[in-house]
Amino acid sequence: MYYVFIIATLVTMALALIRALLGPSVYDRVLAVNMFGTKTVLLLSVIAFLYGRPDFLDLALAYALINFIGVLAVLEFFRSRAMRREAEAGQEKSP
Amino acid sequence: MDLLLDIISWVLLSAGGVFVLIGGIGALRMPNLYTRMHAASVTDSIGAVLVLLGVMVQAGLSLATIKLGAILIFLLITGPTASYALASAAVLAGLKPEESPGTNEAAPAAATNSRSDSERSA
Repeated sequence: MYYVFIIATLVTMALALIRALLGPSVYDRVLAVNMFGTKTVLLLSVIAFLYGRPDFLDLALAYALINFIGVLAVLEFFRSRAMRREAEAGQEKSP
Repeated sequence: MDLLLDIISWVLLSAGGVFVLIGGIGALRMPNLYTRMHAASVTDSIGAVLVLLGVMVQAGLSLATIKLGAILIFLLITGPTASYALASAAVLAGLKPEESPGTNEAAPAAATNSRSDSERSA
């Protein structure tokens, strides 16, 4: 009975990967990667019970943490880049 | 009793799988970033809740349930936070909800016209 969910999740992960490859903007890619990470957490917690190994839940928890921090770090990087570009454009216009 | 728990767990897991699949299809097929975020948030909220509840029913009262609860709470806190950060970064980068790339290839003027038409009729 876990297989239904595992197949659905794997298909969704494939769809998220397609979206990450298609883009078109960098934020679409970040969204797709974030989705992929969340699906990985769900998949790990279901696999823990499919194989009867509850240790996998620790991996799922750690993966959720890493995923969240990673997405925030990437977004912060792109936001500061966008703001820097804006500031540079403003400096070029003003003189 | 075991059969009942199995059935509850199976229903929750299948419903979670359906929502996850719907969210994945929506994230691939929706026309622009903000609608894609809308579709993807389905998997973060109700998909994760249903799946983790279904697995919790399987686990019964044990340490695994507590860990699953921790994962659930963590996902419920971080999902909206990441979505908010993503939307805020996209807006700051100048990606307007009406004219984000990939919406439609027609001129933006046509889009605004059709929208004002629909507003008028509504």
